[in-house]
Amino acid sequence: MSKRSDARLWIAQRATAALLALCVTVHLVTIVYAVRGGLSAAEILGRTRGNVGWLAFYTVFVLAVAVHAPIGLRPVVTEWLGWRGRSREWAALALGVALAWMGMRAVLVLYA
Amino acid sequence: MKRLALIHRLSGVALSIFLPLHFWALARGLELDAFLRWTEQPLVKFAEWGIVVLLAAHLGGGLRVLAIEFLDWHEWQKSLAAVAAAIVLASGLAFALAL
Repeated sequence: MSKRSDARLWIAQRATAALLALCVTVHLVTIVYAVRGGLSAAEILGRTRGNVGWLAFYTVFVLAVAVHAPIGLRPVVTEWLGWRGRSREWAALALGVALAWMGMRAVLVLYA
Repeated sequence: MKRLALIHRLSGVALSIFLPLHFWALARGLELDAFLRWTEQPLVKFAEWGIVVLLAAHLGGGLRVLAIEFLDWHEWQKSLAAVAAAIVLASGLAFALAL
């Protein structure tokens, strides 16, 4: 990794962190609201399906997480497991793609 | 490693492990009821509460990092840590009470 790439990743990590701070706050409030009186598939889907505003919100949330988590795990696996080099970068990329894919599948099932 | 930084890191790792499971469960859509019944178990409820607290802890830790890096508030670190802890506690309690 060049210094320039590291700087780009640092910026991406901080930019997504700022975005996620907002998303997580909204998500935590939503969780507390949603679990009142218990959860059922009908109640959840009735609340979520066809809701374009929440579809957009959770799309941004998922994509920001897919960028944020792999960048955050890179130094952790290096410091704790000694994992570095190209294989680490590919693994981080694969995790990002997997999170974006799985997350968007969930978002589309719930909100589309 | 400082304690707050370690909490931030551990909560981040835990959330990274939880997220694929979360997405997988949600993507099952109409099968959600069977899954929701499974989550009625006390141990699962406890784990859910733990995940919410970890999310709040990671948020608090992240706000602390952003404040330290982007704001000239170094002398405020202890207050920020207290605010972060309060957010964690408040979210955890709110979720626990709503269960």
